[in-house]
Amino acid sequence: MSQYLFQQLINGLALGSLYALVAIGFSMIYGIVRLINFAHGDLVMIGAFATLGMLFYGTPWPVTLLVVLLVGALAGAMIQTVVFRPMLGAPQVTGFIASLAVSITIQNSALMLLSGQPRNFLFPEAMRQRVSLGGVSASLTDLVIIGLTLTLIAILFVIVYRTRLGRAMRATAENLMAARLMGIGVNRTIVAAFAIGSALAAVAGLFWGGKFGQIDPLLGSVPGLKAFIACVIGGVGSIGGAMLGGYILGLAEVLFVGLLPQAYAGYRDTFVFSLLILILLIKPSGLFVRHVEERA
Amino acid sequence: MSKSAPETITMGTSGGGQWLAAPLRIALLIAAATVALWLVTAGSSAYLTTLIAVMFINAALAVSLTFTNGMTGMFSLGHPAFMTIGAYVAAILTFPSRRKASMLPDLPEFIASLDLSLLPATVIAGLAGALVALLVGLPVLRLRGHYLAVATLGLIVIVQGLALNWNGITRGGAGLSGIPRLSNIWWAFGFMVLTVAAVWRIKFSSLGRAMMATRENDLAAECTGIDTVRIRMLAFVIGAFFAAVAGALMAHLISVVTPRTYSIVLAFNLVVMIVIGGSGSIVGSVIAAFAITIVSELLRPVEESFGLYGMSQVIVALSLILVLYLRPRGLCGSDEPAFVKHYLNGKKHL
Repeated sequence: MSQYLFQQLINGLALGSLYALVAIGFSMIYGIVRLINFAHGDLVMIGAFATLGMLFYGTPWPVTLLVVLLVGALAGAMIQTVVFRPMLGAPQVTGFIASLAVSITIQNSALMLLSGQPRNFLFPEAMRQRVSLGGVSASLTDLVIIGLTLTLIAILFVIVYRTRLGRAMRATAENLMAARLMGIGVNRTIVAAFAIGSALAAVAGLFWGGKFGQIDPLLGSVPGLKAFIACVIGGVGSIGGAMLGGYILGLAEVLFVGLLPQAYAGYRDTFVFSLLILILLIKPSGLFVRHVEERA
Repeated sequence: MSKSAPETITMGTSGGGQWLAAPLRIALLIAAATVALWLVTAGSSAYLTTLIAVMFINAALAVSLTFTNGMTGMFSLGHPAFMTIGAYVAAILTFPSRRKASMLPDLPEFIASLDLSLLPATVIAGLAGALVALLVGLPVLRLRGHYLAVATLGLIVIVQGLALNWNGITRGGAGLSGIPRLSNIWWAFGFMVLTVAAVWRIKFSSLGRAMMATRENDLAAECTGIDTVRIRMLAFVIGAFFAAVAGALMAHLISVVTPRTYSIVLAFNLVVMIVIGGSGSIVGSVIAAFAITIVSELLRPVEESFGLYGMSQVIVALSLILVLYLRPRGLCGSDEPAFVKHYLNGKKHL
């Protein structure tokens, strides 16, 4: 394999990991309360700035990772309790509009508190070197992102499919009313889903800063929208689908830029959103989901 | 969504025993507004005049969005995309031809040599927006609810991407500046009156009833013989036409358009206006659009003096959440306020 192609592949997988982390939370939340949470992307920003704050105080990286997870979880749980819980049972569009409002509130509060100036964000020297693997080389940052993402997703799958909480979440997603009748603490379960999903998005923020080297208060909107696309690719509401969708989108985006002539690079987002519309047309339930509900 | 739509369908010009016929009363209303506006503009600064013009254009935008979304029950966020299209098309048409040759080298010859005045340019811009809406609508309108919302958000990104990269025609990220200042407060006022009148006429016609039936229950609407696909498409295309014209007028008012002039934040603000005004209510949308434009303008000096950029947007967003809690149907529901209908129709219909 040529170095160029390998580099693109790793790059795509790293980007895909970021999308997958955001998309999984998006999908969990949709699966449980049928809410397209537009504010989800902004947790990426919150995670990135939380990391920056920790770096400022020189916290060791493993601790930073845990704290960022915690900050994301708290933020997600808070948003759910304050804004979305009173709207449980309202029409879908109401929740969607409210989440737009939450997103705008978070972004502009961050602008107010942190100013719009982009800030540099650097992983430690050791992380930024390149490793060579049998003739080809890749940046350690990308490899760490891919590795940690897969670990986190594995932990998530254990939680969802092997614990009581996971079973409660799956039951609530299946049928909220029935789950409540079976004695499941539905409100608690929903908060847990928001917290877990948001924690993953916040970690994506940590990785985002490390990969791109710069963060600003509006950085969350693009990953938020792309995570939605990743969910649509994989089938909204399915965790595995969201993960695969994230990787497919990341790879497709990088290959689009990497393999086509330079002149087309600017059309990257145009390409991604055209892809969204195409998939919604051909297979609106997503590529990996057989269950169909009303979308089209 | 309101279930009270049927009682609103009483607009008509009949009704004896009134002190004036309905068309006269409407003319009187517009005349009074014109005089008031003339008095205001005569004594005020250029800043205030521009602000009022922007307010009118915002109101027209909100009304056209409440037409597409509120009355037909779709959730499109595509307005900024159509505004961008309209602004670029109109600006390219009215730009002085001697400057076009150097600034926009990739224009076809027959457009490059064209010097249109504002009216034909905005009409062509509107038609261009409508055409794009038609082409995009064919696939996109099959989607419902938030899927449509995200697809139309995607449309904004796609249009921005094209405007950013199509250098020879759009000048890329720099945008078009120095657009002739052909539009003014009177154009904006006239456009708003036209938009309100058109949407009002449609709302209280069979087409409007078909739209609201589609909103309430599209299966039931189909069963009564309404072609809901056609209705959705009409609502989308007409809304896009008004959005594109608004974009064109705005560009000729502030004399600049860039790929980011009309962004997702604008789409959000328009949604706020129609939710606060009452989704589907024309008068409500106009009032909310006026109020939000004025409030965010009043907050601007506060933002600047304290360096709290983004504060007005936070206030707008939080007030939206409050409205969703306390009065989810908005100011007017999907109806028009009684006193307005009373004025236009006479007592008989109430």
